[in-house]
Amino acid sequence: MKQKNTNSESKIGYLMSLPYILYFLLFVGFPLVFSFILIFHKWNVITPMEWVGLRNFIRLFQDRLFFQSILNTLKFLVIHIPLQIIVALLLAVLLNQKIKARGFFRAVYFLPVIVSGVVITLLWRQLYAYDSGLLNILLTKMGLSRIPWITHPDWAMPSIAIMATWKNVGLYIVLFLVGLQGIPRYLYEAAEIDGARPIQQFFFITLPALNSTIVLVIILSTIGGFSLFIEPFVMTGGGPVNSTLSAMLYIYNQAFYFGHMGYAATLGFFFAVIVLLVVLIQKKLVEQKDK
Amino acid sequence: MKKFWIYLFLIVGGLIFAYPFLWMISASFKPEIEISHVGLWSSNFTLNSYEAVVQKIPIWRALFNSLFVSSCVTLSVIFFGSIVGYALSRLRFFGRDFILGVILFTMVIPFQITLIPMYILMVKFGWVDSYMALIVPGMISTFGILLFRQFFLDIPQDLIDAARIDGCNDLMILFRIFWPLSRPVIITVGILSFMGSWNDVLWPLIVIRVRELMTMPQMVTLFAVGGQAEAQLGAELAAATLLAIPIILVYAFFQRYFIESMATTGLKN
Repeated sequence: MKQKNTNSESKIGYLMSLPYILYFLLFVGFPLVFSFILIFHKWNVITPMEWVGLRNFIRLFQDRLFFQSILNTLKFLVIHIPLQIIVALLLAVLLNQKIKARGFFRAVYFLPVIVSGVVITLLWRQLYAYDSGLLNILLTKMGLSRIPWITHPDWAMPSIAIMATWKNVGLYIVLFLVGLQGIPRYLYEAAEIDGARPIQQFFFITLPALNSTIVLVIILSTIGGFSLFIEPFVMTGGGPVNSTLSAMLYIYNQAFYFGHMGYAATLGFFFAVIVLLVVLIQKKLVEQKDK
Repeated sequence: MKKFWIYLFLIVGGLIFAYPFLWMISASFKPEIEISHVGLWSSNFTLNSYEAVVQKIPIWRALFNSLFVSSCVTLSVIFFGSIVGYALSRLRFFGRDFILGVILFTMVIPFQITLIPMYILMVKFGWVDSYMALIVPGMISTFGILLFRQFFLDIPQDLIDAARIDGCNDLMILFRIFWPLSRPVIITVGILSFMGSWNDVLWPLIVIRVRELMTMPQMVTLFAVGGQAEAQLGAELAAATLLAIPIILVYAFFQRYFIESMATTGLKN
């Protein structure tokens, strides 16, 4: 009787897991295996696949534009992540004070998070426009000179990073707020009795207590940053002079503009390895810090 | 005095986040010549930009496509997510922990590696330029499964035992007993998958080429970068406003749920 019972439980268990198993086989397992086959082939989907051995990789390592696109993506991350942490932390600490309408402010800061990146980018394309953009109009009204936000190669990627920070920071404010509310009050009270100033309290109590949240923010925005695509696609198309060509945009162009499926799969494979490595290194570094 | 500076800072911050949206909505009603004005008010508000959008692209069709696709994806993610989550939390069978391990492992895989093969799979299935390509790959979310599993683990075993004595099978237990208790997690999974699907633009760009099947963000993107807007700023902003309004309206009513749901994505790693 007992045996029969667990048998039927197993059956139902497999049956109810079946949707995931099918999903895994079709949309995870197969693509993974197939990507491994693709990287050794030249293929444009229409004509038959052609075995090219390691030639895709040889081409990759000679592909200056691809490495520039990775560098561009890293440049984006280097500006975006610190900016994001500083702004989110500042606003979260302010929101964590005893203030009225906290929920309202939080909701307003969160607004860009829920709106499509397409909307945000179209909006900011106008804000950044050289002659008629609002930001430059404000600058000239204040007697300053115009900034070539998205028309100069040195400015374009930082401009996109600023926009991305504006879009995402609300989420990280909320994550920091959760972290802040987990810090016990008595720590601050004790520090106050010992005569620690607010700045000291921030650096010796708040910041260490938020360590795990900071790790989370860094990893989440790294993963997000590595998939940077729609912003440069809409805002600049990768220009000027390829300065905002992100790795994802380059892979997209190789696959769907030029039809180089095998090569694009190789790029995707290589890039995914980089993403994993960077995230693993970040985790390692921070774990060491904990010890 | 200190309070004053905090409020001042928060209000300036609030304006920085909210004003561009207000300006965009207002500018989409301004005549083309006034768009670069910084202020919100104009005495010449007009619907010209919206008329241009509606004339040039089938935006209502795109709105329908987006609503249809996102609803199917969301319902399916909740339905299958709860079923698999139930199996992985309340049933004992050989290989269960292995499946769980596979789920956790696949969440680490960057999507960049599977993107191209996924597209080719869609080509082979003949799903390019069909709703199938937009819906089927999104029908299951591993994150959804994990959220359901986590929630179901905390439901007392007594409830299940009692239901079994009354002759309920596992599906009945799931839908009659677990579902009504699971409102918070259903809302969370629902919001996350609806937003994810509604705002996704890379995948539709890849698998949909015909206008009739394009989702709204895709159509607005191509409208703006494909030159159809003919450098009419007003039309672009009107299209962007139409794309933003539905989600902002939902957010206005359920903002607390949105924020709490998004905060759970923090658990992801």
